[in-house]
Amino acid sequence: MTITETHAHALAPTWVEVCPFDWLISGRGVCALVGGRQVAVFRVDDELFALSNFDPFSQTFVLSRGVVGSRGDHLKVASPIFKQSFDLRTGACLDDATVSVPTYAARVADGQVQVACP
Amino acid sequence: MSGRRRTLVVAGNGMVGHRLLEILVERGATAEWDIVTFCEEPRVAYDRVALSSLFAGATAEDLELVAPGFFDQVGLTVHVGDAVATVDREQHNVVSQRGVRVDYDAMVLATGSVPFVPPVPGRDARGCFVYRTVDDLEAIRSYAIEAGCRVGAVVGGGLLGLEAANALKSLGLETHVVEFAPRLMPAQIDERGSAALRLRIEELGVVVHTATATSEIVRSSDGRVKGMRFAAASPDGATPGDLPVDLVVFSAGIRPRDDLARAAGLTMGERGGIVVDEACRTSDPAVYAIGECALAVGRLWGLVAPGYQMAAVVADQILGGDRTFAGADLSTKLKLMGVDVASFGDSFGTTPGAEAITFDDPVTKVYKRVVVGPAAITGVRPVLGGILVGDATMYETLMQMSRGAMPTPERLEELIFPARSAGSASTGGIGALAGSALICSCNTVTKAQICAAVAGGGCTDVAGVKACTRAGTGCGGCVPLVSDLVRFELVASGVEVRNDLCEHFAFSRQELFDILRAQRIASFSELLLAHGRGRGCEVCKPAVASMLATLGDAYILDGEQASLQDTNDHFLANLQRDGTYSVVPRVPGGEITPDQLIAIGHVAKDFGLYTKITGGQRIDLFGARVDQLPHIWQRLVEVGMESGHAYGKALRTVKSCVGRNWCRFGVQDSTALAIELELRYRGLRSPHKVKAAVSGCSRECAEAQSKDFGVIATEQGWNLYVCGNGGLKPQHAVLLAGDIDRETVIRYLDRFLMFYIRTADRLERTATWLNKLEGGLDYLRRVVIDDCLGLCAEFEADMAGHVARYRCEWKETIEDPERMARFRTFVNSDETDANVVFISERGQPRPAYADEKPDPALLALGRTP
Ligand code: SRM
Ligand SMILES: Cc1cc2nc3c(=O)[nH]c(=O)nc-3n(C[C@H](O)[C@H](O)[C@H](O)COP(=O)(O)OP(=O)(O)OC[C@H]3O[C@@H](n4cnc5c(N)ncnc54)[C@H](O)[C@@H]3O)c2cc1C
Ligand code: SF4
Ligand code: FES
Repeated sequence: MTITETHAHALAPTWVEVCPFDWLISGRGVCALVGGRQVAVFRVDDELFALSNFDPFSQTFVLSRGVVGSRGDHLKVASPIFKQSFDLRTGACLDDATVSVPTYAARVADGQVQVACP
Repeated sequence: MSGRRRTLVVAGNGMVGHRLLEILVERGATAEWDIVTFCEEPRVAYDRVALSSLFAGATAEDLELVAPGFFDQVGLTVHVGDAVATVDREQHNVVSQRGVRVDYDAMVLATGSVPFVPPVPGRDARGCFVYRTVDDLEAIRSYAIEAGCRVGAVVGGGLLGLEAANALKSLGLETHVVEFAPRLMPAQIDERGSAALRLRIEELGVVVHTATATSEIVRSSDGRVKGMRFAAASPDGATPGDLPVDLVVFSAGIRPRDDLARAAGLTMGERGGIVVDEACRTSDPAVYAIGECALAVGRLWGLVAPGYQMAAVVADQILGGDRTFAGADLSTKLKLMGVDVASFGDSFGTTPGAEAITFDDPVTKVYKRVVVGPAAITGVRPVLGGILVGDATMYETLMQMSRGAMPTPERLEELIFPARSAGSASTGGIGALAGSALICSCNTVTKAQICAAVAGGGCTDVAGVKACTRAGTGCGGCVPLVSDLVRFELVASGVEVRNDLCEHFAFSRQELFDILRAQRIASFSELLLAHGRGRGCEVCKPAVASMLATLGDAYILDGEQASLQDTNDHFLANLQRDGTYSVVPRVPGGEITPDQLIAIGHVAKDFGLYTKITGGQRIDLFGARVDQLPHIWQRLVEVGMESGHAYGKALRTVKSCVGRNWCRFGVQDSTALAIELELRYRGLRSPHKVKAAVSGCSRECAEAQSKDFGVIATEQGWNLYVCGNGGLKPQHAVLLAGDIDRETVIRYLDRFLMFYIRTADRLERTATWLNKLEGGLDYLRRVVIDDCLGLCAEFEADMAGHVARYRCEWKETIEDPERMARFRTFVNSDETDANVVFISERGQPRPAYADEKPDPALLALGRTP
């Protein structure tokens, strides 16, 4: 198992426990409450990604429930409401360059998924 | 020619009259001419050839031939519902029935024909009709329903008579055809062909009386038809006597509408018709006649194609050209009650030295006769004409041979039994066709013109070619050939015709389905590895999941399958605009017990859900959070309710009416059949949602003709309709089979649905699928009814497998704690989504709008205001 950290933040973050890594299904997301924010956590094979659960197009918290896939070289999730795609690594919307959602650092420690609380 | 504008009067806005207007406008005639048209019927020109489709679901608007805004153009005037009453040729003017007077410089008579009604006593009884206009058909339909007719008869066993008989059948009447001649369609086909046609038509339940003369229409005391009296015309005719009938349609031939011309003193043919020369000019050089009212080249032309040619001639003459009419091809290919009938060229073999090759199979009731002429110097015997009954697949090819556009095969038996290796008759020979070959006879479009439209004109599909050449816009008979030609040309010009699912698979849905089946691939990752690239996406993943669900029997959320589903399928509920879900329990056939209603009411109250009766005869409960879903379902499953699959691309509802059990008009138990069908096909995953309905009589309260499949009760059984659509682009369903029993309905539906599931594109409803299906309804019938692909046994077995394997997805979910555990709003907290806020309205909750709740963007940053 690899331990992945995305977007390590400058200040040492507090890590919030989400769920056991084994619990996650590759290619599917879950939503966690991290310091009052809704964070969508995805597992793709053995990699982890965490983005805001907020879909700016429909103004609802649903990104964790989208279908995961790829477009060209980008790994992405498609919003279940109006189907715009967001890059899992950067949070950038692949259908509208002016839109993006925040991303968070995520890792596995002791078999538990943790997300950084900024 | 400049200066004064001139006036052209056109009497009649029928098919031919309107074609004349279109050509004139296209050629810019309105720059010099004011064109005034009188249209006697209450509606502008429509497709009379397709008239019978009014009884197969089309509306009068569907038939309209006039482009929107056409008559708004400068230089065009139409008087709808007003006929030309008199023509004063000396003063050069016409006066209409409503008193409109127009002075003309030129005048065209396009008045068509009237049905001939033989002078039998009682012919004007209430319940006697003719079959020519939209109004006629509407009158037939409403009389049949209002008077509660059970038996109908058509006087005349020609082409139009048989069409009328089919219409009566589709109204659910017991139908008789009474023909004076010893056989059906005496004008077009020979005795053996007629015999085959008769057998086929009788098989459909129509009673045929040949060699029978109608001597009287018997009336009841209130003047309604109550029977027909026959006098035997020949020894083999029906016994003289009475036939009780409620409705009679006369279809004993047509007569040209030449009364106006006669009164104006124009030269008439001995047996009617306005005599015209090769420029379609009458005995008055300022007056032309075209279409069915004209006697041209010594005869009347009762088909639309020659009429269109006359319209082109007159348009050209009016614009100063010198085009002429030299006669036209009277070949016809028809579908009478689903039976192919074609006759072309010298079908009876009257050319000296002609001989015929025939094939007459009493088992399949197929008759073919191909007439060949004496051998040419090359030794080849030219095809002169022929008759085909029961199987007209060779028609296009034979036609092209008879026109000399394609060589006759060396082995003459191939005229009857096409060589297997040459591929299908319609595609195999297409390359061999000469450029001058006439493809569309209605609109005189050649192969070369179609190829040019594709190669140079940039047309890439049949619709494009139709728009740019008009080919296929008349009787529609040439559409299969046009579509073959388009594909042939595209391939020839190196254009790849692709229909890839998405960037991850260079295959169409249909191809992927075949791959999954043939290679027994059971997972998305296996398929992606072997035949795809990348990681998949929201297009291919749910599509493949749906196919895997059809082919296998796994719970759709186990293992990798869980990652493929759209959110709706993933949570087995429908996502709403605020991120909550709706719950729709199945209510088969719309039948629901008071206890179930009470249970639904309790659940809604306990979980605070908004309830609404859906458009699909069931109840939707809105506003459920993900974590509430399994608890809601636990309660519903307890009272025996199950998933309604409102979330899936699957069977939705089979709507029903109350039918015979309660309704005073019902003739069958429509509710029972709807429930049976809904339970049979529930959970069936398909390319798009499938909706259905069953009505208890022809009043059609369940709206079955707007569904993917619809069943309507008849006295004898059920009529099965398929490929209807409501929604975005409504389309009426088409009749697949009539008067069939319950078992046959189910058998055909099993086959139909499996064929659709295997071959349709992703998110393609049955209506669109049929529109694209090559060969259309005919081909669908051949696959589903005649089993021409030999796949029906497989389709039925696949469906039997589905029925046996079906389990309610919600029941399976709540029975398994691990599956239940997936339904959480937050994996790490029991809190609820602060963005979901309800407002009470009309005593029920609804999601708050943006100005009624905290800013979600702030919430996203974890700040509660
Ligand atoms: C609930 C309901 C409206 C209502 O309050 O009555 C409804 C609701 C939705 N319809 Fe519908 N349709 C509903 C009956 C219909 C009907 C009427 C019928 O079935 O008799 C039609 C027209 C008939 C037809 O489909 O031919 C209809 C034509 C559509 C269409 C257009 C389909 C088309 O082929 O053009 C869509 C869009 C689509 O599927 O792509 C659609 C899509 C939808 C969706 C799924 C849109 C969406 O993605 O959110 C709606 C969500 C359902 C939900 O529960 O959240 N709905 N929709 C009806 C549910 C019926 C049921 O019991 O299952
Ligand atoms: C059920 C049915 C099926 C058919 N199937 C086929 C087929 O498969 N193939 C085929 O080639 N043909 C078929 N036909 C024949 C085809 O419809 C006709 O050949 C075609 O409509 C002739 O066109 P037209 O303009 O000459 O006459 P019409 O279309 O009859 O138009 C004449 C119009 O002129 C109006 N009119 C008459 N007198 C006046 C007046 N004084 N002032 C103003 N208006 C007037 C009439 O009301 C009518 O609307 C079919 C016909 C019917 C009824
Ligand atoms: S369709 Fe059904 S409810 Fe409507 S009239 Fe016929 S039997 Fe009665
Ligand atoms: S032949 Fe009738 S539309 Fe082409």
